Amino acid sequence: MQNQKLAKQLMKKSKTARYERFGHLLSLSALLLIMAVVLGIIIFIATKGLSTFFNDHISFKDFFTGVIWNPGTKTPGGQQAVGALPMIVGSFLVTILAAVVSTPFAIGTAVYMTEISPKRGAKILQPVTELLVGIPSVVYGFIGLSVVVPFVRHAFGGSGFGILSGTFVLFVMILPTIVSMTVDSLKAVPKYYRQASLALGATKWQTIWKVVLRAATPGILTAVVFGMARAFGEALAVQMVIGNAALMPHSLVSPASTLTSVLTAGMGNTVMGSLQNDALWSLALVLLIMSLLFNLLVHFIGRRGAFKK
Amino acid sequence: MRQRTLIKWLLAIVIIIAGIGAYGARSKTATNQQSITAVGSTALQPLVEAASEEYSADHSGIFINVQGGGSGTGLSQIESGAVQMGNSDLFAEEKAGINPKGLVDHKIAVVGVTPIVNNDVHLKNLSSSELIAIFTGKITNWHQLGGPDIPVTLINRSQGSGTRVTFEKYGLNGHESAVAQEQDSSGTVRQIVATTPGAISYVSFGYVNQSVQPVSINGVKPTEQNVTHNRWRIWSYEHIYTKGTPRGLTAKFLHYLKNDHIQTTLFNKLGYISVKDMHYQRTWQGKVSKGSGES
Amino acid sequence: MNRTQKQSQIAILILRLIAGFVVLILAFLIGYIFITGLPNVSWKFLTSPAKAFTAGGGIGVQLFNSIYLLILAMLISLPIALGASIYLSEYAKDNWFTSMIRTTIEILSSLPSVVVGLFGFLLFVVQFNYGFSIISGALTLTIFNLPLLTRNIEESLASVSDDQRQGGLGLGLSKYETIIHIVVPAALPGIISGVILCSGRVFGEAAALIYTAGQSAPALNFGDWNPFNIDSPLSPLRPAETLAVHIWKINSEGIMPDLTQVSSGSAAVLVLAILIFNLSARYIGRKVFEKMTSVN
Repeated sequence: MQNQKLAKQLMKKSKTARYERFGHLLSLSALLLIMAVVLGIIIFIATKGLSTFFNDHISFKDFFTGVIWNPGTKTPGGQQAVGALPMIVGSFLVTILAAVVSTPFAIGTAVYMTEISPKRGAKILQPVTELLVGIPSVVYGFIGLSVVVPFVRHAFGGSGFGILSGTFVLFVMILPTIVSMTVDSLKAVPKYYRQASLALGATKWQTIWKVVLRAATPGILTAVVFGMARAFGEALAVQMVIGNAALMPHSLVSPASTLTSVLTAGMGNTVMGSLQNDALWSLALVLLIMSLLFNLLVHFIGRRGAFKK
Repeated sequence: MRQRTLIKWLLAIVIIIAGIGAYGARSKTATNQQSITAVGSTALQPLVEAASEEYSADHSGIFINVQGGGSGTGLSQIESGAVQMGNSDLFAEEKAGINPKGLVDHKIAVVGVTPIVNNDVHLKNLSSSELIAIFTGKITNWHQLGGPDIPVTLINRSQGSGTRVTFEKYGLNGHESAVAQEQDSSGTVRQIVATTPGAISYVSFGYVNQSVQPVSINGVKPTEQNVTHNRWRIWSYEHIYTKGTPRGLTAKFLHYLKNDHIQTTLFNKLGYISVKDMHYQRTWQGKVSKGSGES
Repeated sequence: MNRTQKQSQIAILILRLIAGFVVLILAFLIGYIFITGLPNVSWKFLTSPAKAFTAGGGIGVQLFNSIYLLILAMLISLPIALGASIYLSEYAKDNWFTSMIRTTIEILSSLPSVVVGLFGFLLFVVQFNYGFSIISGALTLTIFNLPLLTRNIEESLASVSDDQRQGGLGLGLSKYETIIHIVVPAALPGIISGVILCSGRVFGEAAALIYTAGQSAPALNFGDWNPFNIDSPLSPLRPAETLAVHIWKINSEGIMPDLTQVSSGSAAVLVLAILIFNLSARYIGRKVFEKMTSVN
């Protein structure tokens, strides 16, 4: 009798095992929920964005190589004026330039915060960077309009509106994101890496450059991707300083436009389901695909960087 | 551990009871509260919002929810029936993708649009053909018009914006503006014109202040008086569309918007012109005739 | 002193300069916002309702809306993000599928907020018929926030050293118990800074809220805290313009004469609010950390 009871008790899942299953399921369902949302949005944008090509019969070639953007009208050549190339180029340029400018600054700051002066870093820099993330883009835009644009106008000529001003504003906007995520990945490098390196007689700089940064490379790249993602998706601030003209950029100080700025500006003025509106959703789709490409590229680089260590 | 579980349960029970209690104790007026929503034109939003605040103050339990989102959003939402009122700067017929059938137009106000230039340009008057030449990119420097040697910087509103459509239709006589900078709000346009040397753009009368210089066309000044007599031709109606004939609260509120009190006090403060003051009316095709166009 | 040491010193000097330069930029920004904004802030400004076209409007309702919306959005998104990141960092196998999930989450974070806002508008406002309301806004912000929050939390979970996990398992705890009682508390400082970063974005977000939480702030009855009444501050079904949306709205279409003052004052208040929120989140986090790691 007692043996049976014991056997039953032993056969039964223990309380901890049940607890474990519960936890596993709980966290899995949270992830599935996120995946559902992500898929929902992607499908939503894809259906809306593709209807330009399939419902309104715009050819891919006109869309990706055309340089005149005025949906609903015809170009002098007789094609539909839905050329998205100026915006694609504008988005690319401004994002890459901003990332190129801010990455060294961000890494430098992050290294300072974690390796050189952690105390001051935690006390001053971290709260300040966190504060900056919360400043609304409109405020960045207005500061850009009243400080950056006149500065660019005086220093580089032109009207001051253009890719260069956009780069400067985005540089400041994505800095906090890249810094705080780089700090996280630098902190994730185990302490004994540093100790081992110093014990081998390496200088502090050699330790930072050859050990810490190497080990944190994938994390830093993710930080840069997120920074670029923010730059890509930023609309309100860029729109105010880049000039927002659907023209191919001739120079860094001539007015240009980005995918997001055209998208944001046009959304409220167009009617759902019309060609004008569908064309805007196609821009959103392009944005999605471009960030996918960026992502893959950076993962590829990251994997190669990781092998070297 | 056990004690903590007990506390957790107690807390949950208390919260649930409080929730039920709150639901039971909700004010009785809440059950016969009425609310309607207006969506659309950002230009019309402050006006309808201000009127709705006054209306709700007089009628308790009434909530009029006024949102922006743009004329396109307003028209698509009213067409789909998701809201009760769709605000638009344009006739539904002018907007691509909208089937105007079944939509009832309520002209709420008239708004004038004027070109504005940066103060440094020192320019107060332009002829129609000069204005067209500037906006189509044929004049690129102000010295061509006898002004200072500053390049012209064009600033447009976004494609599809009501102000832009009105300006191109009646200010540029149907010519399309050259591709140039675009901004999607009047406030930003004014800010940029005020700070950029040689800038020219256009805003509705309500946005003109000392920071920018309004421009007369062919000697006609952009004033309300000139709009009511159609001497200043760049004006448009502000519309509220309903799906079918308005009923209930929507009808009452639209009636309220059209009464003298709102039309004379509120509208003037906001820079709009009452439809009642107009001596001319205009159809969506642009045909002008005498009469106030009240509907 | 040999060459490598000199090199090290120079490099570190350069790093210091870079950090100093960044601090200078940040200080300029914050100084600019405070100097132009703070003179316009008064108790009256903080508590009175906004005015559409006359001078003297305040931001009382908008400030409350921002905070309430932030709390609601965090209440919804934090558990989901925590769960998902626990799965990603502790349970998920390191294969192509997991990395695909990570990539999609990263891609989502680059979508312009206006797209997320329109998605939320079509789904919550129109489809679910929640109307322009706090709840639509909070759900949209959740979508907007999840990628970054998940990624941040996952990162900080991953930075907890494996010794801690082994210690927990060695004591006979299940994996899940180890995670909840050891890994998560150890990662708490990182999690909190992730939460703060995301709250900052919520505070500053305008485009995603214009179409969901709406841009009107009806006067509230602050004597009525029953969430089922529509004019109660706690009602989740009322439209709620937040501070960032308010700044956006008055800058783009505002016609009140004291527009610049209201706008720069609001920006200063917003930054101050974020500052206070960050400090208190850090404080609470420290307390929770002490409590969770203390013996009981």
